[in-house]
Amino acid sequence: MIVLRVNGQERRLDVPADMPLLWALRDHLDLTGTKFGCGIGACGSCTVLVGGVAVRSCQTPVGSIGEAMVTTIEGVKGKIAKAVQGAWQKIDVVQCGYCQTGQVLSAIALLEKSPHPTDSEIEAAMDGNVCRCATYHRIRAAIHEAARSLKG
Amino acid sequence: MTVPKAGPAPMVSRRTFIKTMAASSGVLAVAAVLPDGVFAAEGGSTPAFPHDPVAFVRIAADNTVTVILKHLEYGQGVATGLATLVAEELDADWSQMRTEFAPAQVPLYGNLAWGETVQGTGASTSIANSWEELRYSGAAARQMLVAAAAAQWHARPDDIVVEGGVVKHAKSGRHATFGALAAEAARQPVPIEVALKDPSTFKLIGKSDIKRIDSLQKINGLAKFASDFRRPGMLRAVIARPPRFGAKLRSFDAKKAKAVKGVVEVVEVAAGVAVVASDSWSAIRGREMLKIDWDDSAAERRSTGQIMAEYKAAGNSRGVVVNRVGDSSVAMAGSAKEIEAEYTFPYLAHAPMEPLNAIVELKEGGAEIWAGSQLQTLDQGMAAQVLGLKPEQVKLHTVWAGGSFGRRATPNADYIGEAASIVKATGGKTPIHLVWTREDDLRGGRYRPMSYHKLRAGLDAEGHLISWEHRIVTQSIQVGTPLDAPLRNGLDIISAEGAANQPYGVPNQQIDVHILRSPVPVLWWRSAAHSHTGYAVESFIDEAAHAAGKDPVAFRLGLLSEQPRLAKVLRLAADKAGWDTPLPQGRGRGCAVVESFNTAVAQVAEVSIGKDGKIKVDRVVCAVDCGIAVNPDQVRSQMEGGIGFGLGAVLRNAITLADGRVEQGNFDSYVPLRLSDMPRIDVYVIDSGAHPSGVGEAGVPPIGPAVANAIFAATGRRLRDLPLSNAKMV
Repeated sequence: MIVLRVNGQERRLDVPADMPLLWALRDHLDLTGTKFGCGIGACGSCTVLVGGVAVRSCQTPVGSIGEAMVTTIEGVKGKIAKAVQGAWQKIDVVQCGYCQTGQVLSAIALLEKSPHPTDSEIEAAMDGNVCRCATYHRIRAAIHEAARSLKG
Repeated sequence: MTVPKAGPAPMVSRRTFIKTMAASSGVLAVAAVLPDGVFAAEGGSTPAFPHDPVAFVRIAADNTVTVILKHLEYGQGVATGLATLVAEELDADWSQMRTEFAPAQVPLYGNLAWGETVQGTGASTSIANSWEELRYSGAAARQMLVAAAAAQWHARPDDIVVEGGVVKHAKSGRHATFGALAAEAARQPVPIEVALKDPSTFKLIGKSDIKRIDSLQKINGLAKFASDFRRPGMLRAVIARPPRFGAKLRSFDAKKAKAVKGVVEVVEVAAGVAVVASDSWSAIRGREMLKIDWDDSAAERRSTGQIMAEYKAAGNSRGVVVNRVGDSSVAMAGSAKEIEAEYTFPYLAHAPMEPLNAIVELKEGGAEIWAGSQLQTLDQGMAAQVLGLKPEQVKLHTVWAGGSFGRRATPNADYIGEAASIVKATGGKTPIHLVWTREDDLRGGRYRPMSYHKLRAGLDAEGHLISWEHRIVTQSIQVGTPLDAPLRNGLDIISAEGAANQPYGVPNQQIDVHILRSPVPVLWWRSAAHSHTGYAVESFIDEAAHAAGKDPVAFRLGLLSEQPRLAKVLRLAADKAGWDTPLPQGRGRGCAVVESFNTAVAQVAEVSIGKDGKIKVDRVVCAVDCGIAVNPDQVRSQMEGGIGFGLGAVLRNAITLADGRVEQGNFDSYVPLRLSDMPRIDVYVIDSGAHPSGVGEAGVPPIGPAVANAIFAATGRRLRDLPLSNAKMV
């Protein structure tokens, strides 16, 4: 039995310890905002926060997390999350939307660490999140917008 | 799929057939059927109204206005655009608008561009299709709300106005919401004559402050894609498919697979061997443990290098002529200067972010499907065929799709048929969610076809282009599908779209096509043939300009006197890009202009070559004419996305085969465009006032040649073999 702390709750799971967190969240906890895109940590659709750090849940065995708090898109809250999601709406970033929950989580993690990121910091933090609709242009703008709104 | 050209629509009141139904809950539901809509088939009769109409617009007592979408939203913004058409004519407030996907039902929800027999989305037809249909529906609903208010208030309808979702009577000071009037409105007589607004009075159409209707739910994780639905008792399945296209299953051993915890069943299906498990991870692990013997006797065993060599050999002789103007060979012989070039294009995968998946559930008397379905009629039909049901017994729930780029528009409904086949093979005991992994996606075929292009041009002594010959060798998307009607006598105009009708006024032209066959399945890929014909035509016209010693923009404009829309977007893009201003050493600027799906797009790319030889696109200026831009910001968004999608492919994407096996498997070997690759993009939207045309695809074709022409300007090198990353730049 695996015990996970997810979005402030303790959840018990009868799954193998090597099952990626992605599938535990999606298929066993019904937290479907975390998406499957590649399964090799190359696209970022499955991004969640573990102890506040953006990780690829498809590469994180469910048994490796221990006591750390897992935050999925369903559980994000706070000033930075609000600013990021607000900026995403204001700039109208979304197209198909499938990757965007992962994009939002990576952006939140970036702004937690660096409240006023430069373009190259944005590239470094966001290059692991693929968007096949190529909304990158607006993702960059929305992160700057979120940083501005947090300052003001 | 072929798309008839849409003619301009007269902006006048037109007799329409409006049908309403008054639901018990006081809902006003309206559908407009256009007897003489712009897409009406030649000689077609007025479509009969279905016996059990489902509406396009529903106004409920809670004051929400729901637009029923017959088209799929896979990112192109169609949910927002279609809702805008209704909201405009209804004078609704944007915040009260909702959308819902239509059930699979033809002809009511058939695509008017495809003769109403197929419900589906593609070829950038959605807005053009619904431009009148949904506006009439909105206008009819508005008229009935006004009639209801007039009846309740004993007022004249002419004294009643509708503004921002409120129905008002100035003289008495009365006002009411749509919701409050919905039940009464449903009892009003059905309007016979419905007038549409004059475009000069539009409050929402053409305005940039309308935000996407699907935005919030897609950033808070609540939007449900097919893979996010769960049915009671549902099991997950993956399929082991043959590693070579055209191979067949000989035998398999599932002992070890069945020993994997969570694996419930292993069954043979038409596509291969399906592993059914309690969760996706167990199904994937179970598949890894299968031992399968494939029969490769009919399989593709060639490498893509061999296939291209065969294409080039075929290109030595003339194919089927798809367009001829004047006499190109006589003109060529008499030309002062002749140039020739070959271009090669690889297979490309669509790789939408959401790998294909679908849920199929057998129920008493039928089945239900949850899928990001793009061709509902064909998907429904295939599931029915596999399950031994009638199409109307299959209830298809179309849901948000995580991208498509053409991949979901499969004439044989591949993944839907697969999911249904697993349900059948397991006796329909449980609902099945079929999951494709990224490897399944990239190795599963249905690629943009490979192609080889050979072009020749003749110039006279003054540098005028007097002869143009273009030969294409490729694989056909439509041969052998239910859609191969246009291919009589091998005349595959679809494979030559953009080349057969290239826009430049050359007095002598010949365009011919060879269609070669392969078991590798191919499919439309965002912008279809324009994705390669646009590159070939726009690169070669640039080569011709250089041979003529003329400026590439001026040379094109000289040949576009019959194409004012193209000339206008090209001039605008060149002007905004500062075409005539010099760039530093090592940087170059290139242009391209392509009309696809009735939309004209010009792009100017600025490129720099790094010391390591890396090609970096720094900036793209784009000008687009799509007629009336229903939502200019979404038009910009589609141009940005089209540029990014096209750029990733031309820079570094190729699906290659070695001994028939696909060499790529995931995003580590089929490397998508990433944020750091994305150029700065400025989009200029021309409002030409013409009937709106689509923008989902038209942003893609110009970016490749604009970049290649910029590389030439920077380095003097022509890159004719894609992807560009194959070229050694240092």
